[in-house]
Amino acid sequence: MSDVILSGRNLSKFYKQRSGKLGLGTTLVKALDDVSVDLREGTTLAVVGESGSGKSTLARCLLQLLPLDGGEVIFQGENLAALSGAALRAQRRYLQMVFQDPFASLNPRMRIGEIVGEGLLIHQLGDAEERRERVLRMLKRVGLVETDMTKYPHEFSGGQRQRIGIARALVLEPKVVVCDEPVSALDVSIQAQILLLLKELQREMALSYLFISHDLRVVRHIADEVAVMHCGKLIEQGDVERIYDAPGEEYTRNLLQSIPGRRALAA
Amino acid sequence: MTELLRIEGLTVTPANAPEKLLVNNVSFTLEAGKTTCVVGESGSGKSLTALSVMGLLSSQLKLAQGRVIFQGQDLTGLGNEAMRQIRGQRIGMIFQEPMTSLNPVLTVGKQIGETLIVHQGLKGQALKAKVAALLEQVGIPAGRANSYPDELSGGQRQRVMIAMSIACEPAMLIADEPTTALDVTVQAQILKLLDELKTRMNMAMLFITHDFGVVADIADDVVVMFRGEIVESGPVASVLQHPQHPYTRALLDCVPDADGKKPLKPIDYAWLNEGVAA
Repeated sequence: MSDVILSGRNLSKFYKQRSGKLGLGTTLVKALDDVSVDLREGTTLAVVGESGSGKSTLARCLLQLLPLDGGEVIFQGENLAALSGAALRAQRRYLQMVFQDPFASLNPRMRIGEIVGEGLLIHQLGDAEERRERVLRMLKRVGLVETDMTKYPHEFSGGQRQRIGIARALVLEPKVVVCDEPVSALDVSIQAQILLLLKELQREMALSYLFISHDLRVVRHIADEVAVMHCGKLIEQGDVERIYDAPGEEYTRNLLQSIPGRRALAA
Repeated sequence: MTELLRIEGLTVTPANAPEKLLVNNVSFTLEAGKTTCVVGESGSGKSLTALSVMGLLSSQLKLAQGRVIFQGQDLTGLGNEAMRQIRGQRIGMIFQEPMTSLNPVLTVGKQIGETLIVHQGLKGQALKAKVAALLEQVGIPAGRANSYPDELSGGQRQRVMIAMSIACEPAMLIADEPTTALDVTVQAQILKLLDELKTRMNMAMLFITHDFGVVADIADDVVVMFRGEIVESGPVASVLQHPQHPYTRALLDCVPDADGKKPLKPIDYAWLNEGVAA
């Protein structure tokens, strides 16, 4: 088995929610309750669960996009939770994210070349000519063409925008990519294209994916390992075949039985 | 076999561009007690077909041709007032996003009651009793009538929408992607509820979806749409297991299966264009 590249240990994250009369009281919502999770190099770990189970919070806490209330995140031998400022930014180059909504996650006033090249600029990688070269190579790799560099996001379809989002994440040659529901806003035919693209890129660039999804059919195709979350707790983690064929928890079994068309389409 | 709805040669175009056929010569029929699923990608014309049946096309679109015959009556010639009598009373509707379809400042009991006041003139205790009965029928405790939409979960809101749509015991229910916004476990419950209600009330259900998994669970008949046209239709078992049209086959091939045994194959539109032309 390959080495662990990103490891979350005893992660906790609490939200305060107003409650009671006039919202004067507060209740503590445990979005992450002592969650430990390991992502292995070059593999895909899918985090599944229903809305509110804490799967997106887990992704954001692992990347330090949200501050943790407890626990540590080990990446390349360092505890990300203890880093800040420049040290954290330096690590961020290797930790990238692809978002769910390709319409909301691209700045409508920036050209595609600028959007994809912004990370290179921030991390000061190469001179202007090299940056342009790398952006172009990446855009071509995800299926776009040179003239697309000067266009704006609204000129593209949902599937193309998701390709742009992938190019933006991968142009920095990251090691870990967190994909938060990257195909759930797309038509099923486009979804298949994007999933295959992600798989190809993973092989070519030796990427490790943390793949957040509520769609268990998609997960079956993309994941090597699956972590099941429920109410802020990680209730089960294991190989995708093991989880799907012999789930250890009643909750997982119920989730799998709810997949639409499971019996009928399998025939 | 009672034919309830017959759509004949339905054609929808933008009002200012009559040469663009958004829905092109679509015909199919619905029977009482059966569910017909219309499947297709975004832009295939599946929602426009449903909106045309209800007479709810936006003013920028035009029903260029075709007839919608519901219980022997052509709906396309009817005015707004006459259509209002039919919608909600003889044809129920459920939409995708239950939060945006419900009024946030009225209790759900009030909103369910509106239909009954308008169409059946109920009031007072009779109205209250009927609302309570409807809520129980869709699996929500009757006490929830005093709750506001934001106090309910997504699945409960969709149950409220269903209660509203079946309040007048319609002969037909039109559901446009009713479970797309819901979690998979909740989706399974809502599909089961709709299927039970359809059987118990002997309704015809027109169910719009993009998900073949949902089709396999709920449909009796399937209509597959592509670029505004019907490419294939028939009983669910034959369409899913022996698809005849290359587009249906391609669409089925790109649905990931739950066992992960089938390789994913995106749709090759160039090949399809040749295939359709040939």
